[in-house]
Amino acid sequence: MRTSGFKLVLLATALVFMVVGVAAAEINMTMYYPIAVGGKPYQIINELIQGFESQNPNIKVKAVYYGNYDDTRTKCLAALKAGEPVQLSVLFSIDIFDLLNQDIIVPWDDVVQTDADRAWLKSFYPALMANSMAGGKTYGIPFQRSTIVMYYNKDAFAEVGLDPEKPPATWDELVAMGKKLVKRDANGQVVRWGLSIPSTGYPYWMYQCLAIENGLELMNKAGNEVYFNRPESIEALRFWHDMAYKHEIMQKGSTDWGTLRQQFLGGSTAMMWHTTGNLTPVRDGAKFKFGVAMLPAHKRRGSPTGGGNFYIFKKTTPEERTAVLKFVQFMTEPINTAKWSIGTGYVATRPAAYETDLLKDYVAGFPAATVARDQFEYAVAEFSTHETARVKKFLDDAIQAVLSGKATPQEALNKAQQGADQILGGYR
Amino acid sequence: MTPSRLWLQLETVAAWLLGILWALPLLYAFWAAFHPAAYAVKFDLAAPLTLANFIEAWTTAPFARYFVNTILYTTMTTALQFVLCTLAAYAFACHDWKGKDLVFSLILIQLMVMPDQLLVVNYQTMTALNLVDTIPAISLPYIASAFGVFLLRQNFKQVPIALAEAARVEGAGPLTILLKVYVPLSKAVYLAYGLVSISWHWNNFLWPLVITNSVTTRPITVGLSIFGSPENGVNFAIVSAGTLMSVAPLLIGFLLFQHQFVHSFMRAGIK
Amino acid sequence: MNPKIARHVYGWLLFAPAAIFFILFTHYPIVRSCYLSFFNNPRGVQPRRFVGLANYAYLVNDPIFWQALKNNLIYAFGTIPVTVSLAILMAVWVNRRMTGRAFVRAAYFTPTILPMIAIANIWLFFYTPGVGLFDNLLKSMGYSGRNWLGDPDTALLCLMVIAIWKDAGFFMIFYLAALQGIPKDVIEAGKIEGAGRWYFFRRVTLPLLMPTTVFVVFNALINTFRIIDHIFILTKGGPDNATELLLYYLFQTAFEFWDTAYAAVLTVVIMAILMTLALAQFKVLERRTHYQ
Repeated sequence: MRTSGFKLVLLATALVFMVVGVAAAEINMTMYYPIAVGGKPYQIINELIQGFESQNPNIKVKAVYYGNYDDTRTKCLAALKAGEPVQLSVLFSIDIFDLLNQDIIVPWDDVVQTDADRAWLKSFYPALMANSMAGGKTYGIPFQRSTIVMYYNKDAFAEVGLDPEKPPATWDELVAMGKKLVKRDANGQVVRWGLSIPSTGYPYWMYQCLAIENGLELMNKAGNEVYFNRPESIEALRFWHDMAYKHEIMQKGSTDWGTLRQQFLGGSTAMMWHTTGNLTPVRDGAKFKFGVAMLPAHKRRGSPTGGGNFYIFKKTTPEERTAVLKFVQFMTEPINTAKWSIGTGYVATRPAAYETDLLKDYVAGFPAATVARDQFEYAVAEFSTHETARVKKFLDDAIQAVLSGKATPQEALNKAQQGADQILGGYR
Repeated sequence: MTPSRLWLQLETVAAWLLGILWALPLLYAFWAAFHPAAYAVKFDLAAPLTLANFIEAWTTAPFARYFVNTILYTTMTTALQFVLCTLAAYAFACHDWKGKDLVFSLILIQLMVMPDQLLVVNYQTMTALNLVDTIPAISLPYIASAFGVFLLRQNFKQVPIALAEAARVEGAGPLTILLKVYVPLSKAVYLAYGLVSISWHWNNFLWPLVITNSVTTRPITVGLSIFGSPENGVNFAIVSAGTLMSVAPLLIGFLLFQHQFVHSFMRAGIK
Repeated sequence: MNPKIARHVYGWLLFAPAAIFFILFTHYPIVRSCYLSFFNNPRGVQPRRFVGLANYAYLVNDPIFWQALKNNLIYAFGTIPVTVSLAILMAVWVNRRMTGRAFVRAAYFTPTILPMIAIANIWLFFYTPGVGLFDNLLKSMGYSGRNWLGDPDTALLCLMVIAIWKDAGFFMIFYLAALQGIPKDVIEAGKIEGAGRWYFFRRVTLPLLMPTTVFVVFNALINTFRIIDHIFILTKGGPDNATELLLYYLFQTAFEFWDTAYAAVLTVVIMAILMTLALAQFKVLERRTHYQ
């Protein structure tokens, strides 16, 4: 009896191992992704995942969608802290320092195996890698990436006698043309503004454009110093302020990130600065001819890059890492990157994508699609520091205070600098 | 002295005007949802009607799943509240035990400090229990409700002792007395409490936002907030359609059973 | 078992299921928040250590906290008197016979049953500058549009208007119940004595509604520390913290900055305020009963 009982246990154990063995052959991965469920971007990602799964039947990808970067980061970190298995995620490129501080990501340099893999790591636009690397290692693979571009209403340009094919190329032109584009009704009330730059959602990002055009990068590479109250940064914020209060080409107070597209499409602003990620919705929604242009220059041209990268998490088995690498390589194949770019307006992250027939044809029919890419030449890294969310908030508050006329650029930025120094001091 | 007719009529007009003012936001949502996007910000009586926004909203976000989650979560919460609060209220109203008064005043703390404000620690607790991103996790902090205990206790206290005594003489145990005497006599309170609780949890947002991560658990309010603030900008018409869809069940329920709703809220509030 | 002991055991047994959840999700978190507020925020490799009152020192010097507290007070004292007056007015109107009473009552009450998120989605369109409903209205009357939510001077006000719109109908219900509870003979007596309607309302009805008002006001006060859903959609606390309320700041600290220690401090502050309110309500009620 004893022995047969023992045998039974052995047999059962063997069975369990077999089952586990079979299960292990199938790799499941969970990925958090910052887009809203439904809609076009969602459909494209889903199609790509399905394409990947049909090529790799033993790998299953579960995507968890969240509407925006902040929510996705929040939720992804929460899941990781709760010990749930999450192998990879598309998160804000600027979260890199915080993810490193949390000690939850590994560099892709440790994941790649072959020379081909290593070549792949180097095949992205260099401008996009600025936010993807830290300490010489690559932590993020660019995917859902953007820059800021200027959308303008060509009909409005024609209406006031401006050349619709010549958008403003300098700050001075911006102000001059903006003044012409402002339209008032019989009572003198503004019915159309010359320019709108959103100052909710990502105020610091828009501000970075002005700062870089004025010749200043707002933080160092190590992410532990910021330069909020340099003369150049103060001047940049003053220019933003003056467009509303002095030149009166922009509404006073903050401009909402989310509803701005609706305002542009509704004709209540002639130009807007927004992410290229909005290109396809604008194209689909515009009842007038519109153009897309690089941001105007002052001391130089420039826009920060933005958007999300693929990160791979530390708590992964070697098998999972191989699978994740396979998946991310699939997603960034030139043809898939091209599909993604066409469907959304985000930039295709590798030069090779622009060599595909698909994207070549698309660009030929819709030249606006390359503006963001061409702007890479002048692009800088998006604002990113340790404890980014907190440091950003100081800058965001300063911008909003100035735009609503509650503080001078000097005062507001001094205060922001103080707050940021207090937090970043611990990381120097 | 009775007020003049004219004055009364003026008041009626004023009441109506305020009513229309109060109904306007919802009426506007209907306008935006049933017309093409271009008319969402432009009023034109000749604008064509359309259902396209609803179709777009419905296919854009998994509303059906959100509804299922919401129904699961609200029913679960309300049902468990009924059970736990009934037992506790019975203990407080009809039994005499050591520590009763102290315990009662301790649970009344919850009338002031609610789980909504304690979300940081409750989140940690859910993490420890391995319940993050599950529907029970949305429910559990609310199922022991001080409000429910208080409401039912008041009501049980008004049930004549004689009825309970009569049942006891016939040999009924305490639980039978609860089920056969107290509960049936409190039907109206249960209805009131149920309606209040359902509409409260249907509308609950902050805790579900924090504790859910995925489509399979997210209730309608959280789904709607994500739907209403996409990364790159909103489309008024479609958001209106989505918003109307998500409030439709409660709204229709309310309009059909207005009387019960109003009386339930009254009853739940007074006691 | 001794029947006396059995009685105690039985009472506890009935209470036990609820007790578990009360302790787990109300009392334990209260104690735990207090405890955590004296420690640093463990991050990555940094372990948790006792820091005494350091977090509270940070609180005292944190301008955003003070701004949020101030906003909360403005929000409460700006909305509650209006909401309560409107609620009484609505109740009085709906309580008498009138054409279309059902419609009017439904119109007043409907906002109450809608989720705040849905309401915020709708009101966002009203407030959008240039193309929104309010700006369209203003323009049609020849006024200039406003940047409602983008201007720190009006942003909080915009949120308050929504709160008033949503809550007035809710509190109307309590007044309606109270009005219907006023004894018929009191009303008759008023009529016989020939008291004017306004006089009667001021001298008889309003005092009789007093307990309801106390109840409503304190409930409304608690709500201002609980309902922040619209901020998520409309302003996210901006511009420049103009609409930052305490609970929203707590949420940001805990789930955007991942600073559990400071979040615990904010929790403690909110709890302290709510407890004080509870005590105040108790005192008010006690005094009233002495006078009666």
